[in-house]
Amino acid sequence: MSPLVTIGLRFSVLSLVAIGGVTSILPEVHRVTVDVHHWLTDAEFTQMFAIAQASPGPNMLIVALIGFHVAGLPGALTAAAAICLPSCTLAYLVERVWQRFRGTPLRRAVEAGLAPITIGLMLATGWLVARGAPGTSGVAYAITAVSAALVLFTRVHPLWCLAVAAALGLLGLV
Amino acid sequence: MSSRRWDEPPAQRIIGRVSTTEPPIRPTLGELYRGFLQAGARGFGGTLPWARRMLVEERRWLTAQEFTDTFSLCNFLPGPNVASMSVIIGARFHGVLGSAAALGGLLTVPLTSILTLAVLYTRFGQLPGIDAALRGVGAAAGGLVLATGLKMATSLGRTPRVLIFLIAAFIAVAVLRWPLVPVLFGLGPISVLAAWLGTLAAWRVRA
Repeated sequence: MSPLVTIGLRFSVLSLVAIGGVTSILPEVHRVTVDVHHWLTDAEFTQMFAIAQASPGPNMLIVALIGFHVAGLPGALTAAAAICLPSCTLAYLVERVWQRFRGTPLRRAVEAGLAPITIGLMLATGWLVARGAPGTSGVAYAITAVSAALVLFTRVHPLWCLAVAAALGLLGLV
Repeated sequence: MSSRRWDEPPAQRIIGRVSTTEPPIRPTLGELYRGFLQAGARGFGGTLPWARRMLVEERRWLTAQEFTDTFSLCNFLPGPNVASMSVIIGARFHGVLGSAAALGGLLTVPLTSILTLAVLYTRFGQLPGIDAALRGVGAAAGGLVLATGLKMATSLGRTPRVLIFLIAAFIAVAVLRWPLVPVLFGLGPISVLAAWLGTLAAWRVRA
């Protein structure tokens, strides 16, 4: 089978089970690409994850890197389409159905019930990202706290937080 | 430029005596593309804080509550949350074309930049400084996510139910490190049921 077809099929299936984003399917992506198809070595997989994190946007785009590695630009585009289109089509259909419930007590209860959980999870994500790997430095915690405070209480543009933090990292201070 | 601070919630429009929660601004297809292009281009270490800033604070296409509700729905859908969100918001304003414009905008810069990085990487074998810079960016990105979560929390009612489920979800994931899916599908239905019973009780009191 052409690698493009394999990439397309493998990633479209993963697209539909990736609840919570790429972290939930990363082990499966690793198994398929490294162990089953031998497209990448372990080390290459780790490098690609680092590149995906260095780029803005969804980390899910690590699959575009894998597609690029296997089959060049067509591979990258196939992989990106395969990982995005099935889940996005589902989102579109769910939205269409959900619109019909607009203003109903059922929808209001669902929204009222889910909102606190969503926000609890969001705070948990921020907490886990901020804690980072074991041995995170005091400087890193300070960057997290100062960024959060600046965004909450001042009009400083959040891009400054990212830029200054990147510079501190480059200087070897984090 | 408006004299209002950007973090103030958009004013509710009052039509007759009915206050609507409709957002005040309805984007065109081109604006959908450009708005999500901007959010995608800024999203180092996570796009969600930027999506909320763009949608609620800068462009005011959604109210704070609409953002939270849409994001909740996306939590239960597979795929990157921001991608599902762009599709849903695009669809709400302009159907399939709106979804395509929003998703296309969101992915343009990240896809281009990730492939550029890949080419640089294969040519030079390494990206000097990237690891070090990322450690800093990661720490700041965590702060942006925390601040966004806290802002979203201010738009919630302060009832015991809200506090209990917010804290339970936080502890399950941040402290106990439970995986996301069982937390969503375990706590979610219980919280919805509690909200439903709360509505019923409120009705009974009024009746």
